[in-house]
Amino acid sequence: MDFIRNFPLFTIVLSLFSSVLCMMLDGRRAKRYTVCYECFLIALSGAVLWYVSVTGEAFTYVMGEFPAPWGNEIRAGILEALLALTFLVILLCSVLGGWRFLLIDVEHSKINLYFTLINLLTAALMALIWTNDIFTGYVFLEILTLASCGILIVREIGRTTLAAVRYMVLNLLGSGLFLLGVVLLYSLTGHLLMVPMREAVAEIIAADGGAITVTFSLAVLTIGLGIKSGLFPFYFWMPDTYGTATPTSAAILSALVSKAYIFLLFKIYWRVIGIDVFQELPIHDLLFGLGILGMLFGSVSAIRANSIHRMLAFSSAAQIGYIYMGLGMGGPMGYVTALFQLIAHSVTKSLLFLTTPRLARVSGDSLLFQNLQGSGTRDRSAGIFFTLCSFSMVGIPIFAGFSAKLFFAVAAVETGKLGVLFATMLALAISSVLNALYFLRTVIRIYTAGRGGADISAPRIYAEAHNDIDAGEPVPETRTLSGRLSYWIPALILTGINLFLGLFSWVTVDVIQRGLMMFA
Amino acid sequence: MKETVLALLANYEEAAAIMLFVIGLSMLLFHGNLIKKLIGMNIMDTGSFLFLASMGYIEGRKAPILVDGFRSVEDYVNPVPAGLVLTGIVVSVSVTAVMLSLSIRLYRRYHTLNVDEVYLLSRHQLEDR
Repeated sequence: MDFIRNFPLFTIVLSLFSSVLCMMLDGRRAKRYTVCYECFLIALSGAVLWYVSVTGEAFTYVMGEFPAPWGNEIRAGILEALLALTFLVILLCSVLGGWRFLLIDVEHSKINLYFTLINLLTAALMALIWTNDIFTGYVFLEILTLASCGILIVREIGRTTLAAVRYMVLNLLGSGLFLLGVVLLYSLTGHLLMVPMREAVAEIIAADGGAITVTFSLAVLTIGLGIKSGLFPFYFWMPDTYGTATPTSAAILSALVSKAYIFLLFKIYWRVIGIDVFQELPIHDLLFGLGILGMLFGSVSAIRANSIHRMLAFSSAAQIGYIYMGLGMGGPMGYVTALFQLIAHSVTKSLLFLTTPRLARVSGDSLLFQNLQGSGTRDRSAGIFFTLCSFSMVGIPIFAGFSAKLFFAVAAVETGKLGVLFATMLALAISSVLNALYFLRTVIRIYTAGRGGADISAPRIYAEAHNDIDAGEPVPETRTLSGRLSYWIPALILTGINLFLGLFSWVTVDVIQRGLMMFA
Repeated sequence: MKETVLALLANYEEAAAIMLFVIGLSMLLFHGNLIKKLIGMNIMDTGSFLFLASMGYIEGRKAPILVDGFRSVEDYVNPVPAGLVLTGIVVSVSVTAVMLSLSIRLYRRYHTLNVDEVYLLSRHQLEDR
């Protein structure tokens, strides 16, 4: 039983080992290995989740047996295990669902390197989830940045390179600020482990003028991670990044990478600053305001987008605004809902990014809205899953998005502050209408037959090139049994999780609440 | 005012570190040329490292390596900041390497290193998949 305490470390170290191993395998073997390996990791983190639920308390893994104020630690509680499990399932689904497109987008001799990067990314994600040391957080933050840049540029077209350059420049800016924040906090507290840091921070805050120094360091940290995760004024890098990446990468970048940064920030607020102290700082209210602005501006930009990927990217900006609004709202329910939204959005957005390329494939490889008219009837399964995910994003009951919005409203009532309540309700109402506007419009579009020549001609040209299929049928590689399965299995898993989050939302909320109790 | 200046002078290393950081940050943000952006990033990181190193150094104390047996705790400095600087330098080097290779790829494609120009060029291309 106690052997399970080693599992969090295994998820990090074995991923690093796997990334080296994938370099030596050929493309298909690397994919098979990665899929099996991700399943293994899911089992490991499932075991950790089970273990901490049974014992009812978080455990600390001390590396090298150096006790608390020194050394380096991994800390595992219900919340970390739940997030690790969700992230790994989404990662596995993204790899499976985007495989066909990976074969098109990536040079075949380089596919094994893609999986090297995926494993490296897994290691970084796991480390950011489990670590209890802020500098380890910084190191894996950079590894995550480099790996995500790698999976972005693997599709060698001009725009991806440009998108990668912009992505990297902003990310380096964020990393630099994060490093400065870590250095400032270290010089204030003299610790790098999170729990001793919090004790020191409490003393500093109690002293005269201490709040300013802590606030400044925390502001630098928040801006750094805000840039990386796409907080309101910094979301303009998203459309190019998500829009030009290969589907697997787009799903991983939007669903996991930005969420890992947010979780690290969340961890810093809880463990380094202490949530009671954090709620008194002005950054708290600032996050609330920026979150709401992100929700509104992201949605407005999404309405104005001309291609479906740009729309999804801007919608990610809006959904990340929801998470930050929850973080800034305060009160126990606010944090729980922010985490619930984090999971709900990851599940939905990853499937959306895996689905849209299939719609594009039957529309002459175009992601522009005018060419996507009627694509839902040409590839029925993709149309159905796109519609289901859109319903979740809009917030239609029985889907995860609805529960998230409902809990945000409940959380706003529970704060007991009239201003917060009013602002949240108004923001939720406006944002839901805007969401409905662009998502449902897209759903209607993909089921409406196009007018005019250009719209219908796109798939026909494609069909003439491949004489063996009828006009409007899905392309060959997706018609075979394995082609269908590789899309249906991940799509069904992700939709299943989505429905579970929507129908049995209290189960997840209960787990998150228990996790938060042992998180600090 | 006078006190602020005196305080800055007394902590000149930290003040210099923050100035370096801000210089690097503005270069990274506002310079069009990708290579200069990268130089800016390196200056920015150097600022953080200088801050760490100056915090970790205490005049008159030695590195915590036992040569003639253990003296008192007061004789040694904390080795962690130096370790952090080293780790940070490694991270910074690898990031720079990746960014330089990206710059090469960008230059081969667009024949310019000015990010704004590249952005204008790419607008004329066919969008998306």
